[in-house]
Amino acid sequence: MIALDFFYVLVGLLFAATAVMNLRDRSNPRRFTTAAFWGLYALVYLAGERLPPLVAGVLMVAMALLAGCQLVRPGKPRAVPEEARRASAARLGHRLLVPALAIPVVTMIGSTLLKDVRIGAEPLLDPKNLTLVSMGCGAIAALALACGITRTTPLQGVREARRLIDAMGWAVVLPHMLAVLGLLFAEAGVGKAVAAVTTSAIPMDSRLVACAAFCGAMALFTVVMGNGFAAFPVIAGGIGIPVLVGVYHANPAVMAAIGMFSAYCGTLMTPMAANFNVVPVALLDLPDKNAVIKAQLPTALPLLGVNILLLYFLM
Amino acid sequence: MHNAINLWPLLGIAVVVAGFLLRAHPVLVTMAACAVTGLAASFPVTHILESLGTAFLKTRNLPLILLLPVAAIGLLERAGLKEHAQASIARIQSATTGRLLTVYLFVRELAAAFGLTSVGGHPNMVRPLIAPMAEAAAEARVSSLPDALRQRIRAMSAATDNVGLFFGEDVFVAFGAIVLMQTILRAEGLEVDPLHMALWGIPTALSAFVIHAWNLRRLDRRIFREAGMRT
Repeated sequence: MIALDFFYVLVGLLFAATAVMNLRDRSNPRRFTTAAFWGLYALVYLAGERLPPLVAGVLMVAMALLAGCQLVRPGKPRAVPEEARRASAARLGHRLLVPALAIPVVTMIGSTLLKDVRIGAEPLLDPKNLTLVSMGCGAIAALALACGITRTTPLQGVREARRLIDAMGWAVVLPHMLAVLGLLFAEAGVGKAVAAVTTSAIPMDSRLVACAAFCGAMALFTVVMGNGFAAFPVIAGGIGIPVLVGVYHANPAVMAAIGMFSAYCGTLMTPMAANFNVVPVALLDLPDKNAVIKAQLPTALPLLGVNILLLYFLM
Repeated sequence: MHNAINLWPLLGIAVVVAGFLLRAHPVLVTMAACAVTGLAASFPVTHILESLGTAFLKTRNLPLILLLPVAAIGLLERAGLKEHAQASIARIQSATTGRLLTVYLFVRELAAAFGLTSVGGHPNMVRPLIAPMAEAAAEARVSSLPDALRQRIRAMSAATDNVGLFFGEDVFVAFGAIVLMQTILRAEGLEVDPLHMALWGIPTALSAFVIHAWNLRRLDRRIFREAGMRT
């Protein structure tokens, strides 16, 4: 069976390579601390559950301190000049698109057609992590195709991977650490406290106010948590079910669907959703850290208003 | 219910809000919030570290989506994928930044609604293809694109990917969010058909498309104004 563990090891090796290449890169002013940061992250992926929880916790704090004190910097890998890239683009043409499109195509095939394929009693792809495992196979297929088309070795692929990982820098671990914070919030009972405060602070005696409070609280709590999945149970349990369904007899399906979409409006507005709003800033080389959020506000805010009205009329 | 709920862990949220308002380093803000939340819930320090460690290992599947494609995409970038995408779009006369991104929004949202969420993505589609094409379409009209406008176009490319993904995927019945909602409502004693939840998501999904397409039209008008000023 192709399981997720295989890809954990692969990503661990990629981080280890990033660490070693940075260590040997004298153009990087912070090469030792940068190498330490990626080395620790490699350990998380390579050792995985074999690490005792306490050690993993200390490791995470160490990584956060390295990143937070600006000690993680990109090196200056040798780049191919633009004219050479243009010439190569003209020579290879549309063939360049084949590996890029192989990733989604293989992912789709894996998660639909190969879903139930078994070798003996074992499923071919880990059914619990079907999409991720399929995507991993797609990435490997794409790398093989890219090597074939551009006539390079997988080692060059590792060098290019290091260039991209370097460019993203600490933005790679931010979504990961925010997910940890979300789990800690849940353990400490932050959700229950928020529900208690909102329900006691807002008068729910008008139907429209109740709708607005529900959608607004979903969005606001998502802004804080960075994740609609964390907000939904809290606000649906605190306002949606007792007030909208209990008092105003809303259709629970409408309440749930529009509630979740209101949470997504919050996701568009928060740096806490780092995967969507902070990582692209690093990937697209934007100087303003909030550029993507600013571009999304004119969509997110009117849509939140539309959601309140839809809920009011449809429930 | 006055004393039943401990309100102190809310301090963790206060730390997050204060940290972002003060523009502190996001990683440090997250760590500070972890520490404050754990202490406010009166967990011992070793317990906090163990909780962090367990959670850190458990959630290490999250960055995979970002990391798996980097080797292949990096190689293609080196071989001129961005330059090829730009040259191709510059040849299409009717292509404007707004129209291009609207088509991408449509494809992304529709694909996500059918459960094909891996069709787009920031490392494998937006960085190497969509953002360079959106820029090239604008450059075909404005010879020297001002930096502010170029950055706006890149940010809008990323935003378009997010909007398409978020408001498409929730219309797909087997998506995690629908399963999560069903589980939570069931725990509260409400039995809801997943198909109904997916269907009631459609009005919002359509509104999201219309509103974002309108914003993309506004971006086009800004590019045209810039072109008019320059020529």
